[in-house]
Amino acid sequence: MELLAFGKTGWGDELFYATLMTVAVSVTAMIVGFLFALIFTPLKLSKYKTLNFVGNFYTTVIRGVPELLVIYLLFFGGSGAIMYVASIFGYYEYIEINAFITGAVAIGIISGAYSTEVFRGAIQSIDKGQFEAAKVLGISKFVQFYKIILPQMLRLAIPNLSNVWQITLKDTSLISVTGLVEIMRQSYIAAGSTRDPLFFYSFAAVLYLLLTYISMKLINKLEVKYSRGY
Amino acid sequence: MDFDLMITSFPKLLGATVITLKLLSASLFFGLFLGLFFAILRLNKNIFINKFAYGYSYVFRGTPLLVQIFIIYFGLGQIEYLRSTVLWVVLKEPYWCAIIAFTLNTGAYTSEILRSAFQTIKPGIIEAGKSLGISNKIIFYKIQIPIAIRQSLPAYGNEIILMMKGTSLASTVTLMDLTGVAKYIISTTFKPIEVFIVAGGIYLFMTFVIHNLIKYLEKKYSFQQ
Repeated sequence: MELLAFGKTGWGDELFYATLMTVAVSVTAMIVGFLFALIFTPLKLSKYKTLNFVGNFYTTVIRGVPELLVIYLLFFGGSGAIMYVASIFGYYEYIEINAFITGAVAIGIISGAYSTEVFRGAIQSIDKGQFEAAKVLGISKFVQFYKIILPQMLRLAIPNLSNVWQITLKDTSLISVTGLVEIMRQSYIAAGSTRDPLFFYSFAAVLYLLLTYISMKLINKLEVKYSRGY
Repeated sequence: MDFDLMITSFPKLLGATVITLKLLSASLFFGLFLGLFFAILRLNKNIFINKFAYGYSYVFRGTPLLVQIFIIYFGLGQIEYLRSTVLWVVLKEPYWCAIIAFTLNTGAYTSEILRSAFQTIKPGIIEAGKSLGISNKIIFYKIQIPIAIRQSLPAYGNEIILMMKGTSLASTVTLMDLTGVAKYIISTTFKPIEVFIVAGGIYLFMTFVIHNLIKYLEKKYSFQQ
């Protein structure tokens, strides 16, 4: 227990902040993923073959390639790509992206592929008549989406999105390879300096279990909220 | 684009794919038995056995695979007692540690898949077997298991693909699998995109093969026949 003391003698406060970091990265990655899903879901549902291909290419590649490989691509290639874009605009200084952004974007791209599939499935399972009825009533596309499609879609999507969230939360452990101090990286540092890897990695496992348990409870509440009326 | 690098790194990456496939097949093989064992425990009426099996799958599904590998590879070596037993022969090798971690992980997911497959079997089928005087053991092996396999094929196909991606974590415990070699080439040449295309292509090809294999099996064992 001394090992977990707060302050300078133990690793309690470090691990606490590392847990917050894990949550912060997961939430950011989830939001980045939603942004990706917002772009790619319409592409997958589009009438045009080329757009379909782009959407399918994204989800197939990301879901078929290991997460670690995507992280390495962004970790080693991210700043190069940004510098290349910057050089077009006439900026030639060295640009370094911080580990948080690299990690959140990498995990976001991955969780976006899963979210895209969830949203596609949810939209496709809404009855065609709903779209037609809205059209007949002369409701604008925007209102149709926000007031008719989205509420029905969310009810169907939330259970699957909760799976995506669990995957995202666990995937953030992989960005410890880039040096971002989240739970895994902090445990690695603590294990190295105290020579007690068994304790710290087990404790990390407990922290992850705690996070998944709490998020499950919160998501269940959301599920109840969005399925009222059914 | 550095096409020369792509061509020269291809055989190296292909060689590393052998390790990836070895890790995958070994952990799937052991994981299937472990999963079946825990699925049977989950269906047990004894609440302690039941809870134990649930706890196993909850813990291994609720924590990242990376933590599990690190606990087994770095953590278990710390126990002095283990170092003096026969187990140490296995545990000092990163290769076997990875297989143990993957097996425990895939076993947890497989047990959930099989449990739900067992639960969807209609009780009428089992009752029919009983009324025909077939022994419980034969009902289990000849009726329940084949139906459960059929039921769980799509979900198990996903699990195989997830596990294939999971084997990339072996590179974190010094194993030179496909991802390990890819990372090595990236960090020596600083050409991430080229290496990503080649290594990602190999992974996608494996996903494609597994996907179609499962599709074929699903068709072969479908209810229509």
